[in-house]
Amino acid sequence: MAGRPEGGASRILLCLTMHFGPHLLLAALEGLVTSAVLALTALGLSLVFGVMRVVNVAHGEFFMLGAVLTWAISTAIPGHPTVGFLAALVIAPLIVGAIALVAERLVLRRLNYNPEATIVATIGMLYIIQQLALSFYGPEARPVEPPFSYRILLPWFGYSGYKLSIIAASALLLVLTWLVLTHTKIGLIMRATQYDSETAQAFGIPVDRVYAGVFSLGAMLAAVAAVLIVPISQAHYLMGQDPLLLSFIVVIIGGLGSLRGTVVAAVLIGLSDGIISVFFSPTLAKIIATLLVAMVLVFRPQGLFGTASR
Amino acid sequence: MTEASTNEALTISGLDCFYGEVQVLYGLDLVLNKGEVLCLFGRNGAGKTTTLKAIMGLVPSRAGSVRLDGKELTGLPAHEVPKAGVAYVPQGRRLFAEMTVAENIEIGLMTRGKGKAVRENVLDLFPLLRQRLRQRSGTLSGGEQQMLAMARALCLEPQVLLLDEPTEGLMPSMIAKIRETVVKLRELGVSTILVEQRVDAVLSVADRVCFIENGRNRETVDVEQLRADPSAVRRYVGVG
Repeated sequence: MAGRPEGGASRILLCLTMHFGPHLLLAALEGLVTSAVLALTALGLSLVFGVMRVVNVAHGEFFMLGAVLTWAISTAIPGHPTVGFLAALVIAPLIVGAIALVAERLVLRRLNYNPEATIVATIGMLYIIQQLALSFYGPEARPVEPPFSYRILLPWFGYSGYKLSIIAASALLLVLTWLVLTHTKIGLIMRATQYDSETAQAFGIPVDRVYAGVFSLGAMLAAVAAVLIVPISQAHYLMGQDPLLLSFIVVIIGGLGSLRGTVVAAVLIGLSDGIISVFFSPTLAKIIATLLVAMVLVFRPQGLFGTASR
Repeated sequence: MTEASTNEALTISGLDCFYGEVQVLYGLDLVLNKGEVLCLFGRNGAGKTTTLKAIMGLVPSRAGSVRLDGKELTGLPAHEVPKAGVAYVPQGRRLFAEMTVAENIEIGLMTRGKGKAVRENVLDLFPLLRQRLRQRSGTLSGGEQQMLAMARALCLEPQVLLLDEPTEGLMPSMIAKIRETVVKLRELGVSTILVEQRVDAVLSVADRVCFIENGRNRETVDVEQLRADPSAVRRYVGVG
């Protein structure tokens, strides 16, 4: 599928050799910023589904809460925007994680993590969180000042240093998550719970506590992603919808529970979204992403990197 | 504690278990003596596997008790039972297939916080696994997987070991090896409950045999008695 737009792009390349290169670079950079945020958000969704078998429809609202809290924290803390932002980067995910923990204990656990019931319950959570945000935060979209406004001067255009730092921060967090999953006891316990929760219990693993931790961690990943993106996109109480949809797309394409698949799919979707949006239209980008999902579901239902069955 | 009970490693009395609304165990009684191999024998669906799962707390019991050396297990959450000293080798092995051999063993060691010494002992018992530590456990042969499942359980240094059909689907040389291991563990003082379907396997390793039928323990007999008069096998299982 990716071949066709590239074919179109190369024809444009012939016509517009002077302007195309810089344009493509700009589009790719924008795409990578999208990818970076998307990878973190989707990873949270993928972890929750992979380990708990819970489809968390409220995932986007944890993202929104992260953004709204960033605004609240950064306006509450006076002084240089960097201080407020750094405080938000630490505090907002912790608050969101705590909220997710309460939701998990109060709702999901009582439903015994039943797959169908938890979908309905998380839809309910979505509306509750959204309406609470509307009541307390209001319907306005509010900007958050970036922690620094350094511009990197490329030969063709200047580019926001902050945007590049989003890519770096996301990459760092993804590597960190990977290390935790593959090289620590906590990661081993999470993977054991994911593969076979009954046998995990027979080896002393408190599965329901693992679930609580994973649900909270998933929400925190979404919140961190939102903190990173809010200085360039504003905080709004309905902003959770797009990340939720795109996360599902990424997770389906990459394969549930596969970290590598999630990252690859996020880069693929983010880049194609950035590039196609710049050269054609954002609508075409969404059409192609959705088509890709349909293709994956038909030809490789387990996702590009997912395992066939467990 | 009475004189008699000190010889009991695990005592089950009056255990009732349900899957949803369907009752599977009806007041099951069973005594595992210290250092013996007790075999649960019976038809498919008689309740053998459910008995093991009930001991592990994986199937909740509505009545009755399971005591490990006098300590009540029935009220405990499932993840506390192994920490008390009961290790489980489930039917079909249930390895963490995507993980390496070493990681599976690590999970066993973590259960009761055991260290390198136990790991070495276990690997000495199954030297074959030592060469496969970095291999994904799902790619091992059936016999090797069974060995790993037993190794993982032995990492708990359990007082009581539950083995659910460990020889199922293995080739004869492997079956012999698994049997040897069970006998060796008995010499080391591990008390074992073994679920088996094969009469020859039962007769060669068990000390006593419980005949399980319709969720009840019908009869417990010494294996010598069974060797002399195998009619009970025919009566409860219809083979032999």
